[in-house]
Amino acid sequence: MSARSSTSATRATLLDARGVAKHFGGVKALANVSLTIKQGEIYGLIGPNGAGKTTFFNVLTGLYHPDGGAIYFAGEKLEASTPHKVAQRGIARTFQNIRLFGNMSAMENVMVGRHARTHAGVLGAVLSDSRTRNEEAAIRRRAEELLHYVNIADRADDLARNLSYGDQRRLEIARALASDPKLLALDEPAAGMNGTETESLRQLIEGIRNDGTTVLLIEHDVKLVMGLCDRVAVLDYGEKICEDIPSIVQKDPKVIEAYLGGSLA
Amino acid sequence: MALLNSFEALRHDKRGAIAATVMLGILLAIFPFVISSTFSNSWLRIADFAMLYIMLALGLNIVVGFAGLLDMGYIAFYAVGAYLYALLSSTHFGLHFPIWVIIPAGAALAGLFGALLGAPTLRLRGDYLAIVTLGFGEIVRIFMNNLNAPINITNGPQGITGIDPIHFGNLSLAKPLTFLGFTIPSLHAYYYLFLALALFIIFVTIRLENSRIGRAWVAIREDEIAAKSCGINTRNVKLLAFTMGASFGGVAGVLFAGFQGFVSPESFNLMESVMVLCMVVLGGMGNIPGVILGGILLTLLPELFRHGAGPVQTAIFGKILLDPEALRMLLFGLALVLVMLYRPEGIWPSTTRRREFKGESTDVLKEGE
Repeated sequence: MSARSSTSATRATLLDARGVAKHFGGVKALANVSLTIKQGEIYGLIGPNGAGKTTFFNVLTGLYHPDGGAIYFAGEKLEASTPHKVAQRGIARTFQNIRLFGNMSAMENVMVGRHARTHAGVLGAVLSDSRTRNEEAAIRRRAEELLHYVNIADRADDLARNLSYGDQRRLEIARALASDPKLLALDEPAAGMNGTETESLRQLIEGIRNDGTTVLLIEHDVKLVMGLCDRVAVLDYGEKICEDIPSIVQKDPKVIEAYLGGSLA
Repeated sequence: MALLNSFEALRHDKRGAIAATVMLGILLAIFPFVISSTFSNSWLRIADFAMLYIMLALGLNIVVGFAGLLDMGYIAFYAVGAYLYALLSSTHFGLHFPIWVIIPAGAALAGLFGALLGAPTLRLRGDYLAIVTLGFGEIVRIFMNNLNAPINITNGPQGITGIDPIHFGNLSLAKPLTFLGFTIPSLHAYYYLFLALALFIIFVTIRLENSRIGRAWVAIREDEIAAKSCGINTRNVKLLAFTMGASFGGVAGVLFAGFQGFVSPESFNLMESVMVLCMVVLGGMGNIPGVILGGILLTLLPELFRHGAGPVQTAIFGKILLDPEALRMLLFGLALVLVMLYRPEGIWPSTTRRREFKGESTDVLKEGE
């Protein structure tokens, strides 16, 4: 664990959130949250229900406009409120309540995920010139690879809505990976999974990181986060109360208080 | 059903598909001669109209079927195309542009109107979008009705008469064409022109459906937020759906004006929008063959009832009890209700849509929304 964190200390910063704030009416969902994610690490974001984890995700991926602060990604500022541009810059995400294209096949879902990295327009589609045909074949090939990668290749032609819960989670990850992201943001991927499913998910996430994609993980399953993440940040009432390697975070009195609702002393 | 299954089977059998295409081509080519000799020219006229409605239904299918944007004012684009032809090729302004100029111009202008409708409604979906588009359709019709003062542009409710028949240079489709000693009557010539354009639109739609853009449209229909997160610029892609759909309507409108020789605002009322929407929904939303079938059936059915209601009543009761003209819409309504009851997914749905309605769903997606 310590060896891992010492290598990540020397790594370049991929994501740098500076003083991000977001409120809904009078409710402060995020107050001055700053955190940095380094290239190649698995970064966990935890916190009790309503702590602002998903809000942070939505600001990061451009679904919400922040009320303060800014996020820098790979050295450049992310434009707020433009989810499609965020995806093109290299941040892909999954959703807490799985958001697949239910009436498209698993294959088509992943092919849509490739949108940000492809270019064919109406004219290309109608004329079907060799460039468009090659691009289309490449999309299909990549989608097949990704379905293999997440282990649901046998369900390629099934409608996304008919996949099992675990497979839907995997499909969402495959769709996100289709945009060749630099940062993969997973919003509670293990929610509702049993022990075996969680274990195979853990292996999948580890594999994704080892293949070079940085991972940001929101998760309730503390065991999964502590075993998987290189560094963890804890949010409580919209504020970051701790950021460190898991073994230290676990012992932090503020974190224990946030989770157990009172001082243990 | 057996017929539909054999069509599905053809998709996997290449030689069979080629043979079927050749057969279909021959059938479509001799069709007008068969119709006009066995029935009458009025049925051929109906066939010509069916082609126009196929184009309209395919255009609306892009907006409603693919992108999932409920458009209740689609007929406005048909009106734009029709009035463009009426103004550019009639005695009204004394302009006489040939058809090959007006068809692209009609597609472009209707496309522009599509974007004009799309731009302010980007954030709307479902019922809300339906109301705004319905208003748009009415606005266009009311404009046509009132643009006769202070400057007379559309000639108001009287409509524009004296529209040129469709012509290419000296070649006019109003007169029988003599071609290698073979005479093609006017209605037949219109049939071939409409068929060619309908086939072109079918071709474009099929190509679009299986493309990156087509997938983006369906993705927006399925989940707009997820589509955005996949890097789809939903604003542009939705505007593109409105524009493409509208341009097909514009082309159909141009042909309609040239064929009819007369346009008036009455031809573009809400009922027409509803009719085209019915073709899309009844045929099988999002499935190209289904939508084509819907266009044909809904053009044909009211005419069949109109022609059939009288003779059938005389045969049963010995006299005509109910006016066929009144009975026609009644029966038509009944047919719509029956189809929706027994085949809610449409007469010829896409395979995925059929599964969607068969309730194989695990409903995981609906939970926790």
